Amino acid sequence: MSERLKQRLLPLTALLSILAIWAAVVHWFDIPEYIVPSPVHVARTLIRDFSVILRNLWPTALESFLGFFIGNLASIALATVFVHWKTVEQTFFPLAIIIRSIPIVAVAPILVLMLGNDMTPKVVIAALICFFPTLVNMVKGLSSVNPQALELMKVLSASKSEIFFKLRLYNSLPYLFAALKIAASASVIGAIVGEWIGSTEGIGALIIQATYNFDTGLLYAAITAACVFSVLFTVAISWLERRVVKWSPEIG
Amino acid sequence: MSALSESVSVDNVSVRFDSDRGTVTAIESISFELARGAFLSILGPSGCGKSTLLRVVADLIPPSGGDVSLFGSTPAEVRKRRDLGFVFQDAALLPWRTARQNVELPMEVGDGANLAKGGPSASDLLELVGLGKWHDSYPHELSGGMRQRVSIARSLVTAPKILLMDEPFGALDEITRDRLNEELLRIWRETGTTILFVTHSIQEALYLGQKVLVLASHPGRVREMNEPDLPDERGLDIRESAEFVRQAAHLRALLETC
Ligand SMILES: Nc1ncnc2c1ncn2[C@@H]1O[C@H](COP(=O)(O)OP(=O)(O)OP(=O)(O)O)[C@@H](O)[C@H]1O
Ligand SMILES: [Mg+2]
Repeated sequence: MSERLKQRLLPLTALLSILAIWAAVVHWFDIPEYIVPSPVHVARTLIRDFSVILRNLWPTALESFLGFFIGNLASIALATVFVHWKTVEQTFFPLAIIIRSIPIVAVAPILVLMLGNDMTPKVVIAALICFFPTLVNMVKGLSSVNPQALELMKVLSASKSEIFFKLRLYNSLPYLFAALKIAASASVIGAIVGEWIGSTEGIGALIIQATYNFDTGLLYAAITAACVFSVLFTVAISWLERRVVKWSPEIG
Repeated sequence: MSALSESVSVDNVSVRFDSDRGTVTAIESISFELARGAFLSILGPSGCGKSTLLRVVADLIPPSGGDVSLFGSTPAEVRKRRDLGFVFQDAALLPWRTARQNVELPMEVGDGANLAKGGPSASDLLELVGLGKWHDSYPHELSGGMRQRVSIARSLVTAPKILLMDEPFGALDEITRDRLNEELLRIWRETGTTILFVTHSIQEALYLGQKVLVLASHPGRVREMNEPDLPDERGLDIRESAEFVRQAAHLRALLETC
C-alpha cells in the first residue's frame, strides 16, 4: 500500500469505527433519541432538513469569512506597525497579550448588547478570535529574519520598504499560514458563539433552537454541517499555503 | 607606496561598543594599507575583532575613531555605488528565491537597477562558481558548499571593486573548503577585485593571501602584517613547500602568544 493511500485510509477507518461504536452503543443501551441520536438518524435528518441547514450555514459562513478577513488583516497591519516602530510595540504588545487572555466567548454577550442583533457582533467576535494568534505569529515572522540577511540588505543600501517586501514579508509567510490555519476554524467558532445570543438565523441559532426543542437529530446535523464547513475552510488555507510557500521543505 | 586613490587604507581605526556592563573596545588603532587588486587574509583568535573590522570597512557600523578610505572614497560612497561585496559565514541566501534569483537580488534593491553597469549576468556567475545546472534550485535543495558558492556569485554580480569575506568557508568540510579556496583564487585572478578575507585557519590564510594581517585580541590590534614569499601562481600543493611550512609555523607561534 502506498504511503499516501495509507495516510488517507487510516483516519477514514478510525472515523468509520467511531461511527460504528456510536451506533452500537446507542442501540445496545437503548439510549433515547432525544438524548443521543444514532448516526443513522443524524444522517437522515441531514438529508431531510438539508435546505434548512444550508440556509442557516450561509450567514455563519459569511460571518466567519468576514471575521477571518478583517481580524487577520488588522493583525497583519498592526504587526507591520510593530516591527517598524519599536516604541509602539513596547507600548501595546504587552497590552495585547493581556487582552488576549480575556475569553472572547465570555465577552460575546457584551458585544451583542453593544452592537445590536445583526451580523456585526458575530463578525466582530470571529475577527477578535482570529486577531491575537495571527498578531503574535506575524510579529514573530516579520522580526525573526536572519541577521546576516538583514546586514546584506544594508550592504545593498536597501530601503526600509525593500527590506519589508523582499525580506520580512516572505520570512513571515510560514508563520502567517500556521496562524491562518488555526484562525480558519476559530472564526467559525466565533461566528457560532455570536449566534447563540438572540439570533434567529445561522448554525448557532439552529443549535439553540434544536436544543430547546429536544430535536437532537437536527442539533447533531447542524454541528456536522459546521464541522464540514470548518474542515473545508482549513483545507482551503492549507492548499493556498502549498501554492504560496513553495520553498519550505516542511510543507508539501 | 601606491597613491591613495589606488588603495584601501585603514587609518588608526578604533571601535568601542557601549553596553549596560560598560564599554568594550573591540578594535584599537588598526592601520594598514593595501594596493588595489590585492588579496589580504585577516587572521586572529576568536573575538579579536575581525568581523568588526570588516563591518567598519563595509560601513555597517561607524568607527569610534579613525578613517577608512577605499580607492579615495568613503565606505558609504563605495557601498552606495555597489562597488562593495560582502560574503557572510552563513551563506545568508533568501530561502524563497532560487539560486538565480538570489544572485539577482543586488540588482533589485537600492539603486541596483539604475546602477546596472553591464556587469556579469547571474547565469554567467553561476557558471563561474560551478553551479551551471542549479539555476532554478531553492537553497534547501543545495548543499552547504553550493549555497556558499551562490552567495559568492551574488557578491560578484555588481562587479565590486572590493570584496569582504567573513569566514565564508568556516562551516565546510576540508575537501570542499580546499576546492572553494582554489576556485576563489581563480575568480580573484579573473575579476581583479580587491579581497579582504577573514579566517581562523592558518592554512587557508596563507594559501589565499598575498599578505596576512595577524590581529591580537583584547583589544583587537595589529600584531603583524605578514608578506610571505610565495609565488602568485599557486596550487594546493604549495602547502607542502618549505616556505609555506615555515610561514605556517611562524603564524602559529604568533597566534599562540596573541
Ligand atoms: N554589537 C556588539 N555589541 C557589543 N560588543 C560587540 C558587538 N559586536 C562585537 N562585539 C565585541 O567585540 C569583540 C570583537 O568581536 P568580533 O565579532 O569582531 O570578533 P571576531 O574576531 O569576528 O570573532 P570570531 O572569530 O569569533 O568571529 C568581541 O569581544 C565582541 O564581544
Ligand atoms: Mg567574526
